[in-house]
Amino acid sequence: MSQAQTNKTRKTRSVFARLTSGIRRPAKIHDFHGGIHPPEMKHLSNGTPITAGPLPQQLILPLNMHIGAPAKPLVAPGDKVLKGQMIAEPIGAVSAAIHAPTSGTVSAIGPRPIQHPSGMDAVCIVIDTDGEDQWIEHQGTIDYTEKSPAELVDLIRHAGIAGMGGAGFPTSIKVNLGDHQRVEQLIINAVECEPYITADDRLMRERAEQIITGIHILQYLLNPRRTLIGIEDNKPEAISAIKRACKGCDIEVRVVPTKYPSGGEKQLIQLLTGKEVASGQLPAQVGVVCQNVGTAYAIKRAVCDGEPLISRVTTLTGDGVSQPGNYEVLLGTPVRDLLAHGNLAGLDIGRLVMGGPMMGFTLHNPGVPVVKTTNCIIAASPEELPEPPPEQPCIRCGSCAEVCPANLLPQQLYWHAKNDDLEKAQHHNLMDCIECGACAYVCPSHIPLVQYYRYAKAEVRQQAADQVKADKARQRFEARQARIEQEQAEKEARRQARLEANRKKKEAGPTAASTVDVAALKQASLDASKAYKAAVKAAKAAEAEGADNLAELKAEADRLKAVADKAKAAVRDAKDGAPVAAAPAEDTVAKLKKQVGDASSAYKAAVKVAKAAEAEGADNVAELKAEADQLKAAADALKAELREAKTNAPASAAPVTQADPVAELKKQVGDASSAYKAAVKTAKQADEDGADNAADLRAEADRLKAVADQLKADLRDAKANAPASPAPVAPTASTAAAAEQPDPVAALKKQVGDASLAYKAAVKAAKQADEDGAGNAADLHSEAGRLKAIADQLKVELRDAKAAAPPTPKAAPATTATTDSPAVPEEQAPQSLAEVDPEQAAKRQKRLKGLKTAYNMAHKQYKEAHAAYERAERNETASADELQAMQGKIDKLKAKADNARDALDALVEEAKADIRAHTGKDLKTLKLEAARAESALADKQQELEQQRSSASEDTLEALSSELQALESETQIARKALKQAVEEQGLAE
Amino acid sequence: MTAVLIAVAALLALAAVFGAVLGFASEKFKVEGDPIVEQIDSLLPQTQCGQCGHPGCRPYAEAIAEGEEHNRCPPGGQDTVVALSDLLGREELTLDDEGAEDANVAKVAYIREDECIGCTKCIQACPVDAIVGAAKLMHTVIVDECTGCDLCVEPCPVDCIDMLEVKPTLQTWGWQRPAGIGERPDSRIEVVNL
Ligand code: SF4
Ligand code: SF4
Ligand code: SF4
Ligand code: SF4
Repeated sequence: MSQAQTNKTRKTRSVFARLTSGIRRPAKIHDFHGGIHPPEMKHLSNGTPITAGPLPQQLILPLNMHIGAPAKPLVAPGDKVLKGQMIAEPIGAVSAAIHAPTSGTVSAIGPRPIQHPSGMDAVCIVIDTDGEDQWIEHQGTIDYTEKSPAELVDLIRHAGIAGMGGAGFPTSIKVNLGDHQRVEQLIINAVECEPYITADDRLMRERAEQIITGIHILQYLLNPRRTLIGIEDNKPEAISAIKRACKGCDIEVRVVPTKYPSGGEKQLIQLLTGKEVASGQLPAQVGVVCQNVGTAYAIKRAVCDGEPLISRVTTLTGDGVSQPGNYEVLLGTPVRDLLAHGNLAGLDIGRLVMGGPMMGFTLHNPGVPVVKTTNCIIAASPEELPEPPPEQPCIRCGSCAEVCPANLLPQQLYWHAKNDDLEKAQHHNLMDCIECGACAYVCPSHIPLVQYYRYAKAEVRQQAADQVKADKARQRFEARQARIEQEQAEKEARRQARLEANRKKKEAGPTAASTVDVAALKQASLDASKAYKAAVKAAKAAEAEGADNLAELKAEADRLKAVADKAKAAVRDAKDGAPVAAAPAEDTVAKLKKQVGDASSAYKAAVKVAKAAEAEGADNVAELKAEADQLKAAADALKAELREAKTNAPASAAPVTQADPVAELKKQVGDASSAYKAAVKTAKQADEDGADNAADLRAEADRLKAVADQLKADLRDAKANAPASPAPVAPTASTAAAAEQPDPVAALKKQVGDASLAYKAAVKAAKQADEDGAGNAADLHSEAGRLKAIADQLKVELRDAKAAAPPTPKAAPATTATTDSPAVPEEQAPQSLAEVDPEQAAKRQKRLKGLKTAYNMAHKQYKEAHAAYERAERNETASADELQAMQGKIDKLKAKADNARDALDALVEEAKADIRAHTGKDLKTLKLEAARAESALADKQQELEQQRSSASEDTLEALSSELQALESETQIARKALKQAVEEQGLAE
Repeated sequence: MTAVLIAVAALLALAAVFGAVLGFASEKFKVEGDPIVEQIDSLLPQTQCGQCGHPGCRPYAEAIAEGEEHNRCPPGGQDTVVALSDLLGREELTLDDEGAEDANVAKVAYIREDECIGCTKCIQACPVDAIVGAAKLMHTVIVDECTGCDLCVEPCPVDCIDMLEVKPTLQTWGWQRPAGIGERPDSRIEVVNL
C-alpha cells in the first residue's frame, strides 16, 4: 500500500467520522486531540471463529507476566502438575498468581527468553506437557453475590488475572479501591484500536454473554454509577452482539469513531466522559475505572467456572501465516508452536512482532512464550512491514504535534531527548507520552521518535534511581562520620577521666606514708620480673647459639622468677600491712644497707682490679691492694653501723610461707603442668591440622605455662622457707651444671663441692646440737655460716672462671671480665652508648617496625596462598593452569616474605654491629652478662632468705652487703644492656 | 511645555511607585535559595570515594565553594564538571581524572568469600558501611549500598575484592538512543511507516 493511498484513506475516514459522529449516536461522544488512521488490516483475522491453540510439548511460564513483583514458584522441577494448579503464588500487593495451563511435569525453573524488548532472559517455570490436559478439581460460584467483595478480590488475585489489554496490571488491585473512593464510571475498553488485532472483536462476537457476566461482577465489586462499554465503529458485529447481551441491564454501549489511539486509557476516558486525566494522575482519581473486555471475560471464567487464567485469545496474523485468525492459546505456548499451528507459510517472515504494529515490539527469538498480555502475533513479510527508512533531519513540519493524542510537542521532546537535555524534556511532559507512535507514524523524516522518548524516559528513571542511591550513600556516609566522631569523643572522654583519676590519686598519695613504701616495693618487683625476663632472653639466646651453659642459665632464670614472685608477694603483703611497715627506723637501716652495699661493691671492684693487675704483673699492685684494704675498712665500718642500727630497729619480716602449704602447692604445680602439657599437645595438633585457632591455643598453652611456672616458683619458695629442708637447691643445681664444665674449672668445682659438703655437715651438727640443747650450738652455727660463706665465695669464683673460660683463656675473674682494660670502670658501657645518635636509632626503630609488619604480612599471605594451593590440589578443583598460577603466586609471596625477612635481619645485624662498635661488646655478651649478674644476685638473695632463720647476725650482715653489691652490679649490667638494646631499636 | 512636564512627573511618580512595590515584593516573597554548598553537593555523585582528595563528597563541595577547582571528581565525569561550571559560572575545565577508569561504567565491589580471611580492613575503608562481616569471618558487600568507590580494594591483604561491572537487569534495562540521522533505527523498534 502506497503512502499516498494511505493518506487519502485516512483523510476520508477522518472527515467521515467527524461528520457522522454527531448524527449516529445519541449519547455525546467527546473527542481527544490528534490521533491517526493507519490501515486497519483487521480483515486478515476477523473472519474466522476462535479456535483452540496448539498443545505444545513445552510451556514456558515467566514468573512476571504482569506488572509488579514476580510470583514465587510453588513447584520444583520434577513435580507433576495438573491443569489449573497454581504453580506460583503472588508476592506482595502488586503481583499475580500463575497456574499450570495443562497437565504435565515441571522440567525446569530457570532463565528463558521472555516477552521483553531487551531480549533478555528471565526466570520461567517450564512444563513438559503430558497431552492429557487433565484438570485439577475446580468449582465455580453459581451466585457470586453470595460472596463478599473481599472474597471475590482474593479469588481474582489467586486466579492470576492481570490486565489483558497490554499493560498487565494486576486486576485485583484495580477492583479493590476501598470504600472512600467513589467510582463514577466503570469503562469497559473494547475499542481495540491498533491495526491487525481482532482478539477482542471475536471474543465479543462469540462470548458476549460471558463478558457481560464478567462486567456484572465488576459492577458488584466497584458499584459504579454508570457502566460504559466503548467499542470502535469498525466492529459492527461485536457491537450488536454486546448490545443484545446487555439488553435490559444498566450497561451502556458507546460506539466511538475509529481513530488510533482511542483505546488508550486516558483517551477513551476523554472520549466517553469528557474528563481529562491530568499529568501524573490516575483514572481512579477522576472517579473512573477502566477494564479490558478480555479481563472481564477472564473474571467471569474465574468466578463462575472456577477456572484461573490459563489461556487467552490471541490474534495470529500477518501475511507470513496462511491461516491467520484468533486462537485460544495456552499461556506459555512458544510463539514458534503457535506459528506452526497457524501454518507458517513464511520462509520469509520480515518481522515477527508481539503486540500490535504500533505499540508492540519485534521478537528476535520465536521461542518467546505467549503471556497474559499477548493479544497479537504478527508474522509479517518484508513487504508488509518493511525495514524503516533511514532517519532524516527534522524539517519542523509540525505534523507530529498535530497528531499527538497526549497533546505534547513531540518535536521539542525529540530535540531535548537527542541532546540529552532531560530536564527540558521533562519540562515538556516527556513522562506523559504514551508511546503510541502516532508522531513517528506521520513524521515525514522517518525519525524514530518513540525510541528517542523511550531512551529519554529510561535515562530519567535511571537518574532518579541514581539520585535515590546517592542520597542513601550520603546519609550512610554522614551517619558513619557521625559515628566515628562520637567514638573518638568517647575515647577522649575516657582518656580525660583516666588522667583525672590519676592526678587525684597522685594528690592523695603523699598523705599516706605507706604508699611510698609500696611504690618502692613495686619498683623492686618490676625490676625483679625484668631481671627474670632478661634471664629468659639470655637463656634463649644461648639456646640459639647452642651454648653449653644452657642448663645453668635456665636454672638461673627460674631462680630469678622465684625472686620476682617473691617481690610480688612482698608488694602484696606490704599493701595489706602497709601502715605497720612504715617505721622510720627501717628507713635508716635501708639507707645504711645501701651504703654498705656500695662500699663493699667498691671494695670488690678494687680487689678485682688488683687481682687483674697482679695477674698481669703490673707494678701498681701494691697500691691497688692498699686501696682495696682501705675500702674494706670503710665497708666494715659501715657494716658495724648497720648492725647497730638493726639492733635498734625491729628485724625485717621474713616471708611467712609455712611447710603445710608445700604439699598443696606441689599438687597444684602437678595439675598446672599437666594442663600445660595437654594444651601444648592440642596446639600442636591444631597446628598440624592447619586449624586457625592454633595461635590461640598456643597462647593459652603459654598462659598455662606461666601459671605452672608461677606455682613451681611458689613451691620452691615454700620449700626454701620450710625449716625441714635447709639444703639449698641452687648450689646443687649449679654443681650439677658445673660438672659439665671443662678441666680448668674442675679443681674449683671440687673445692666448691667440698666446701658445701663441709657446710652441710656443719649445719647438721649445729642442728643436732640445737636439738640436744648443747651449749656450743651457737658456735656451731657460726661455723656453719663461715663455711657457707667460703662455699659461696668458691662458687662465685667457679662461676667467674666458667664464664671467663670459654671465650678467653685469660683468667679474668670478674663478671665484667670482658671489658678490654682492667682499669676501665663498669660505667663504661652506658657512657659510650650515650654517644649513639638518638635520631638515627629512632629511624632505625621505625624501619624495623615497618619491616617486621611487612614480613609478617607477606608471610601470612604466603601461608594463606600455600594453604589455598594445597586445598585446590587436594580437592582437584583447579585445573593444572590454575594450579600453576597459584604456584607462581605462592613463589612470589614467598620471595616477598623472604625479602622482608632478609631486610629485617640485615637491619638487626646492623643494629647489633652498632652496639658492638659503641660498647665493645656484642649484644649477646651484654645479654649474658646481664643475665649472669642477675642470677648471681638471685642466688645471693635466696641464700639470704635461707640463712635468715639459721645463721647468725654477722653472716646475715655479710650476706646482705654482698647482696647489695651484686644488686648494683646487676643494675649496671642491666642498664648497659637495656640502653644498648633500646638505642638500637631492638627492644622488640 | 507643562504637558510634557506633567507627563514626565507622572511617569517618574509611576516609576517610583512600581519600584517600591517591586522592592517590597522581592523582600516579602524572597525565595530561600539553597546555600551554594548544598547545590554543589547535590550535583556530586555521592560516591564518597575520596578521589578528589577530600574525605567524601560534601567536604569537596565545601572546598569547591571556597574556590577549589571543580574538575576533580572522576566518578562524576565530565558531565558533573559541566554542571558545576553552569552552576558556579566558572570556566568549563576538563576532568582531572589522572587516568581513572571510565566513570560511566557502574561498578560494584564483590568479595570472593572463600578467600576472605576476615581481617575487617575493608570495613574500615568503606565510606558508606556497605560491607558486613566480623573478625575472622568472611565478609560480604551489600550490593545495593555499594557506591563502587574502589576504596576497599587496596586495603585487602589477600586481594580478594573485585570491582565488577553492574550488568543491566530487566528492571534497569533501558532503550538505547537511536543511532541518529542517516541511520536506520534499531529494528527492535516498531516504526511502521506503512
Ligand atoms: S513530524 Fe518529524 S519532521 Fe515534522 S516536526 Fe515532527 S519530528 Fe520534525
Ligand atoms: S508517541 Fe508520545 S509524543 Fe508521539 S504522539 Fe504518541 S504520545 Fe505523542
Ligand atoms: S564496598 Fe568497597 S567499593 Fe563499595 S562503597 Fe564500600 S569501599 Fe566503596
Ligand atoms: S580486607 Fe579482604 S580479607 Fe580482609 S575482611 Fe575484607 S575482604 Fe576479607
